[in-house]
Amino acid sequence: MSTATEPQTVMLPMVAAINRAIDEAMTKDPRVIVLGEDVADSEGGGVYKATMGLSTTHGTDRVRSTPISEQAIVGAAIGAAIAGFRPIAEIMMFDFIAVAMDQVCNHAAKLRYMSGSQTAVPITIRCSAGAGMQFGAQHSDMLEAWLCHVPGLKVVIPSNPADAKGLLTSCIFDEDPCVFVEQTMSYFLPGPVPVGEHVVPLGQAAVRREGTDLTIVSYGRQVNDCLRASDALAQDGIEAEVLDLRSLVPLDLDRVLTSVAKTRRALVVHEAVTRCGFGAELSAQITEHLFDSLAGPVARLGAKNVPVPYSMPLERAYLPGRAEIVDAARRVVER
Amino acid sequence: MTPDRVALLGMFETATKIKQCDERFRLLLASGQIVCTYYSPRGQEIIPSAFSVLLRPDDYMVTTYRGLHDHIGKGVDLRGLWAEFLGKRSGTCKGKGGPMHVTDPTSGLMVTTGIVGSGLPIANGFGLAAKLAGTDQVTVVNFGDGASNIGAFHEALNLAAVWKLPVIFMCQNNRYAEHTKLADGTSVERIAMRAAAYGIPGVTVDGNDPIAMYEAAATAVRRARSGEGPTLLEGITYRFFGHIMGDDMKYQPAEERQAAMDADPVPAFRVWLLAEGVAEEVDLAEIEQRCDAAIDDAVAYALAAELPSPDELEDDVYAENLA
Repeated sequence: MSTATEPQTVMLPMVAAINRAIDEAMTKDPRVIVLGEDVADSEGGGVYKATMGLSTTHGTDRVRSTPISEQAIVGAAIGAAIAGFRPIAEIMMFDFIAVAMDQVCNHAAKLRYMSGSQTAVPITIRCSAGAGMQFGAQHSDMLEAWLCHVPGLKVVIPSNPADAKGLLTSCIFDEDPCVFVEQTMSYFLPGPVPVGEHVVPLGQAAVRREGTDLTIVSYGRQVNDCLRASDALAQDGIEAEVLDLRSLVPLDLDRVLTSVAKTRRALVVHEAVTRCGFGAELSAQITEHLFDSLAGPVARLGAKNVPVPYSMPLERAYLPGRAEIVDAARRVVER
Repeated sequence: MTPDRVALLGMFETATKIKQCDERFRLLLASGQIVCTYYSPRGQEIIPSAFSVLLRPDDYMVTTYRGLHDHIGKGVDLRGLWAEFLGKRSGTCKGKGGPMHVTDPTSGLMVTTGIVGSGLPIANGFGLAAKLAGTDQVTVVNFGDGASNIGAFHEALNLAAVWKLPVIFMCQNNRYAEHTKLADGTSVERIAMRAAAYGIPGVTVDGNDPIAMYEAAATAVRRARSGEGPTLLEGITYRFFGHIMGDDMKYQPAEERQAAMDADPVPAFRVWLLAEGVAEEVDLAEIEQRCDAAIDDAVAYALAAELPSPDELEDDVYAENLA
């Protein structure tokens, strides 16, 4: 078979792209192991099937279903990582990371520093996350801002299946603890995914749409909402530039500032609640660097400052959507 | 498994080094020559002394903020240890960890945590690594009686039991959780009773009795090394100088503390070694002088060592500094 006829990409939903990334990492490096609730095939291969088939391929020594014990999961991952492994710890829902916060923030994040780099904690914590599935207040949160506040952690949120594969691969082989946030609403949306090794470096934002009138900075599945909103804005003659951060720590601030220096207007969009969200940090960074050239204040659009509600109309009102992005962008441009 | 003469003298040397280190530390603190937060392990020397002759350098240890005795027992170099306590650049952790966060992988001292109970889940990870790598390394995680009341204890012991991990959960029961008496905060008389909840051996031993402590530790180490799984070991002991240096110790009855100090385990061990004919006075004096000299050397080294530069502040947060 000629390599020229092989497809460069294959259409996969994000959850399958994640599965491919883990599978390929485990094949490449025997130090990669998976720990989490129900991750092995005898327990269903993960609640969203993200690890389906992996225990059959790589064995239950390396793909280990755990008790419902988030502290024990993250703690075991930390110890094994210091001892030379590259554990992927699955926290079934982002909200549940609260149970393991001592291990995540006091240990994974700090052990390199506290040991003067004698020990490293190369773990990846995968969390399914986000609202839109009517799971209510304790299975729907986006908590990335909590983690961005802790020196020592890296925080990564993909917007599409190809990035999910490439960014997760980077996290697994990174020397530092990474929290990889997977929005469940994106899990089953297909996209082209490169076949074979595919690495997207952390800290490199992507320009998803070029424009001149304002910069919309976003990450995760809201990037796609921003792109759809930009199409609507274009019909009114407003050309938005859309940036996909891909990782929040490390942050590609240069790319953000280059874009905003050009457009002089910025809107930050994320799913997490607006108050003290990552948009606040971005807004401050942009303002500190570009105050004199900005045409107006940096705007933020996130979820309302309430727990995630259950009922559909409430959940829809909670989340920022395309219409809200269009409105917010118009206000930024028209000021 | 009874300790032989070499093991007994090795234990005595460790216990002596711990006792002398602590005494020197408190002397320098009291005289104002050094300033630091200090959790004295004085009175708890025997437990780490047993492990000092039972573990290999490639065995893992995790301990807590009251950890000087465990650091010495695991073989952390005294110069690096003292320099770290004094916040010097040549300390084990470049002065970034301090007494509560000593790490020294060369000797197998992997984590010292300041969060009660949180070392137990991490110890499982070292045990898992050894199991996956197919080595016979064991992991000892030290904690106090108070740590058995925090959720991480339960999660960790359950997982270690389910996965049969080569981990020894070493509860150094000094009878106080910070300022709270065991009976006032703990539902059982003996921490080892809690092992029954996980279906693993739970053993209580006099943690100040060198022979009993050695035998119990040896059994747990042998069990872990041969792949039979974890043990919850409880050594009953007592801390002479409160939770943290400078606390008024009013919560510890004076007569209780005096009785414990009258039964000081290190001189008692010395008397026993002589009475049993294990060693002559000259042997023990030589050990004591050797420890004293090593501490003199470490203290001089640490006092003279350079402090870190503020330029080093932002190093070691990540493998590569972020922009």
